[in-house]
Amino acid sequence: MIELRTSPHVRGAPSVDQIMRNVVYTLLPVCAFSVYQFGISAFALILVAVLSCIGTEHLFCRLSDKPTTVGDFSAVITGILLALTLPPGFPLWMAALAGFVGIALAKVMFGGIGFNVFNPALVGRAFVQAAFPVAITTWTPAFAPGRFTEFIPSTWTFPFAEPVPVAQWIKDIAVDGFTGATPLALEKFGNAGVSHVHTNTADLFMGMTAGSAGETSALLILICGSYLAVRRMMDWRIPAAMITGAFVTAGLFFTIDPDAYPAPLFMLFSGGLMLGAMFMASDMVASPVTPAGVWVYGILIGVLTVIIRLFGGLPEGVMYAILFGNAASPLISAVTQPRVYGTRRKKKAES
Amino acid sequence: MTYQPRKQKPITPDTFLRGIWRENPVFVMLLGLCPTLAVTNSTINAIGMGLATTFVLLGSSLLVSLLRNLIPKQVRIASYIVIIATFVTIVDYAIHALSLELYNALGAFIQLIVANCVILGRAESYASKNRITKSLVNALGMGVGFTFALLCLGSVREILGSGTLLGFPLFGDSFQPWVVMILPPGGFFVTGAWLLLFSWLQERRQRKAAKEEEAIHAPG
Repeated sequence: MIELRTSPHVRGAPSVDQIMRNVVYTLLPVCAFSVYQFGISAFALILVAVLSCIGTEHLFCRLSDKPTTVGDFSAVITGILLALTLPPGFPLWMAALAGFVGIALAKVMFGGIGFNVFNPALVGRAFVQAAFPVAITTWTPAFAPGRFTEFIPSTWTFPFAEPVPVAQWIKDIAVDGFTGATPLALEKFGNAGVSHVHTNTADLFMGMTAGSAGETSALLILICGSYLAVRRMMDWRIPAAMITGAFVTAGLFFTIDPDAYPAPLFMLFSGGLMLGAMFMASDMVASPVTPAGVWVYGILIGVLTVIIRLFGGLPEGVMYAILFGNAASPLISAVTQPRVYGTRRKKKAES
Repeated sequence: MTYQPRKQKPITPDTFLRGIWRENPVFVMLLGLCPTLAVTNSTINAIGMGLATTFVLLGSSLLVSLLRNLIPKQVRIASYIVIIATFVTIVDYAIHALSLELYNALGAFIQLIVANCVILGRAESYASKNRITKSLVNALGMGVGFTFALLCLGSVREILGSGTLLGFPLFGDSFQPWVVMILPPGGFFVTGAWLLLFSWLQERRQRKAAKEEEAIHAPG
């Protein structure tokens, strides 16, 4: 039997809450892998970052006498994304601070959800990167034995105190060949006299390396991101453009001098590029809205990421590239306005 | 025609106090933000800068007020700048002689007091229209207000950024300094936080006043 109905036949578009909840669901596998890889420290990190973000948003809503907006799940996403970009052994008090700064500075100050100029998670991370440059580049090995029963020592650092040193702990658990550096740092700064240490691309793709809590497995992030794109809860063109931009730029340098520059595939699967492309650059609020602008925005971020990685002082550039893209997106939107149907492409200026 | 002084309002406590709170140059009028952001990475720098600015403010207000009927209107800004620059030069040499450390820490920002709009603003809008004592009292209030604002910023930035206050460690060795706080971005963050606090307080006061007004006029 065919059900006959009058128009409209289109069902309601998903609400903001629904989209946000779906993003949280797609981030859960990434979190699970992070906990599997780095143990209970990663779990505590994610929990604290999420709680801090929710608490901050609730607090500011109370202060401004507005109904609380924590129910829309966007603060949860910010917290998860923030935790996934931090080193697994990052002191919890610093993670809480990052969550507070991210939500307070980048979100509620601009008017809450829908008005943030920058991605709040990345603003929080940028703040702790600038405030605690040592703690945020202290990496601990993946798949440490006993990771499900004991915390990384630096996790439970007393608030406002220096992180507990982890060098001895890493030595004690004796993970073979761990040098305390991510594949990107190895590639850029080398190790033990070798100028460029390459990492197996397959390991990078699967996520068998050290790195931030949730950025390691490119495969898993790709799958989760694709789900969102299929459900049309994310603009697939942004990650596609960003990955294309990064791939082409890295490929260009690799063709010029394969010894000095890393392979393009390494560029794609290392560091936070995948996570950034899938979940951060595609932030619905802080990215352009025009069809052409989306491509310009993605490619700009991709190119900038590679440029910062190859020529900047830091091994990783995704965060700054995305923040720069966020800043440029109103401009990109303005110059890529599509032609209104029925008007001429080039209108002579009327004097 | 003989010169006839205009009738002026007498000096009230408000002449002095408005610069500290209600018309605070940094937190309310948002003037002089360049030194505010640049040299408040430690309390000592903040105090040094605040006092230097206060001195220039007093000196220039005195001279401008003294000469206010002699300076032709057309060249008044240039004249004010010359007067301010004179006092800045004095301060510059004085700090150089008294404390080389502070001199190096403040760097070019001592000379840049010339361009501080708090000072030119006072000369243009107050000292050139008011009697000497009144101008001086007002300038002192503004100077104290400016120093107070710099102190607010400098102390927060020093405590968070290096864990010290006036150079004395506060928290012991294990304190983790927030490096960003003594860098330029920290200046913007802390300024923004103070501005937020001030406008929040102001708004709350206004809301309270409105409510009281309502209560008075309410029937019954």
